[in-house]
Amino acid sequence: MAIIEIKDLSKIYDGSQIEVRAVDGINLSFEKGEFTAIVGPSGSGKTTFLNLLGGLDDPTTGEVIVDGVNIGNLSAGRIIDFRLRNIGFIFQAYNLIPVLSAEENVEFIMELQGKTKKERKERSNELLEAVGLAERKSSRPAKLSGGQQQRVAVARALASKPKFVLADEPTANLDSRSAENLLEIMEKLNKDENITFIFSTHDPRVVRKARRIITLEDGKVLNDEIRLN
Amino acid sequence: MLISISWRNVWRNKFRSIIIMAAVAIGLTAGIFMTSFYRGMANQRIEKAIRTDIAHIQIHHNKFRENNDINLFIPEALKKAADIRGFDSVKGAAVRIISYSVIASAETSTGIKISGINPEQEIEVTEIQNRITEGTYLNEGKRNPILISSALAEKLMVKLGSKVILTMQDINNSIVSGAFRITGIYDTKTDSFDESNVFVNYRDISLLLSLPSGAAHEIAVRVTDNEHVTDVYDKLHSEYNRLEIVTWSELSPELWFLTEGMNFLMYVLFVIILLALLFGLVNTMLMVVLERTREIGILMAVGMNKVRIFLMIVLESVFLALTGGISGVVGGTIISKYFETHKIDLSIMGNAVKDMGFDTLVNTSVDVRLLIIVTILVIITGILGSLFPAYRALKNNPSETIRTE
Repeated sequence: MAIIEIKDLSKIYDGSQIEVRAVDGINLSFEKGEFTAIVGPSGSGKTTFLNLLGGLDDPTTGEVIVDGVNIGNLSAGRIIDFRLRNIGFIFQAYNLIPVLSAEENVEFIMELQGKTKKERKERSNELLEAVGLAERKSSRPAKLSGGQQQRVAVARALASKPKFVLADEPTANLDSRSAENLLEIMEKLNKDENITFIFSTHDPRVVRKARRIITLEDGKVLNDEIRLN
Repeated sequence: MLISISWRNVWRNKFRSIIIMAAVAIGLTAGIFMTSFYRGMANQRIEKAIRTDIAHIQIHHNKFRENNDINLFIPEALKKAADIRGFDSVKGAAVRIISYSVIASAETSTGIKISGINPEQEIEVTEIQNRITEGTYLNEGKRNPILISSALAEKLMVKLGSKVILTMQDINNSIVSGAFRITGIYDTKTDSFDESNVFVNYRDISLLLSLPSGAAHEIAVRVTDNEHVTDVYDKLHSEYNRLEIVTWSELSPELWFLTEGMNFLMYVLFVIILLALLFGLVNTMLMVVLERTREIGILMAVGMNKVRIFLMIVLESVFLALTGGISGVVGGTIISKYFETHKIDLSIMGNAVKDMGFDTLVNTSVDVRLLIIVTILVIITGILGSLFPAYRALKNNPSETIRTE
């Protein structure tokens, strides 16, 4: 059973002169436990597609159905709560809360969910352990390297036990060693905990690890390839 | 965690935060000191008037104050005063015979108000005995002693030991005169009072006016503490409902206005200080929201709802205002408390202060109620200052703001 169903999804931006079809009639579905890369040249609609998938943007037409819920029908307030409980986000520029330590950044999501302090501590320790940052848990983002920050971001994205994780170019700002390391962690979490990852990327190293590669061009699906590693 | 995020956010741009906090702190320190200073000055002025003459509460025949008729006396005033001295919170009660008359020396004459007082009782109510500069307080032993001020003595060209003649109407409307000898000279430093008030013995003037035994025109009541004036007033009102009972604020409306008017001006001062703070805060918080557009977008993306975002910004603004505010309140209180026990010398301002009846040595008086009100107002200002910026923050669209690099 698919956890995400996308039906005839379009996003059209009305520019002053021309309309831009950033996403143009996409039909796709994603299964639990996928490790999928969305690839394509700049401007092919990868980020817009992920934003629509994460409910950060409203589609012009079409539907995104997550676990049977059409997220386009949710009110502005409900969609925030829906994201909180169902979707993990990893951004290209890490985007951690600068005034919170690594541990607090991870716990923050759980606090928004109303988890008890004990639950939060346990889960954040477990996740920071998994991303190899247990000993840096009290550091604030400014004291961490880019790779370390992105690993905290991975831990944060998983803190809420989401149905899937969306990562927009997660390795774009990282050097190759950090990128490699991050990918290994993501892959391990995917395999061990059956967490669904969908990421947009330019990075051939990421593409290599993906088990499904969806290629976009001009907002359309050019190719959808499933690989058996 | 929301509180902790807001608090830490305050310190992200330390320099900017400290500037606005310092502005609030300095404004409030100055405001509180000014308020305490004026309050102290006004209280001293009122206290002085209460102690020299008017006392806290006065009782009269209910028509006496209208026309000062000698016949409108309180019967058995001596007995009533004795009863009143037994009331709770009453420090003293003194009877006074009031007569408006002419005082004449060998050289000249002038109109004055005579207060026929019982020296022992009067000591409990006013402090005229402490203002004697020459001679003695009303001396029971001598016949017809009189206490006049140095200002009046100068005017009449008399001195200690001189004889003066008092001429007035008695209760039968006959003109009567009596010779009195100056046994004491006082100076309250309030010229308007000094030039028109003389004091004689209750017994002497009572005989001269042919008043019934124990009668008087006024019973002046001194209360142990300003706070208890209303309680005692209520008690007197129920006991002597046929007499007129008035408090110092009615007797001397200009003094009442001095405190009330001062209070009003002080609130205006604080409103101005807080308005300046409000604009500073709105400006700062707008900058904050603008700088963190992207961060706020991220918070919304990862699941922080609008209520929490709003609260986070409101809290940050409140913390900013309150940190400065509390520093200001503490600073203002410390300075004002110091001058509660150390006098501020205003003699540098010459006689202007004295002529208005104020002491030249002023102690501040800190009003705790004002401190609480100011603190609450600072919190309200903090909230008000954040509403518009917080509203702006909520208009962020996460997908657009995240893209902004």
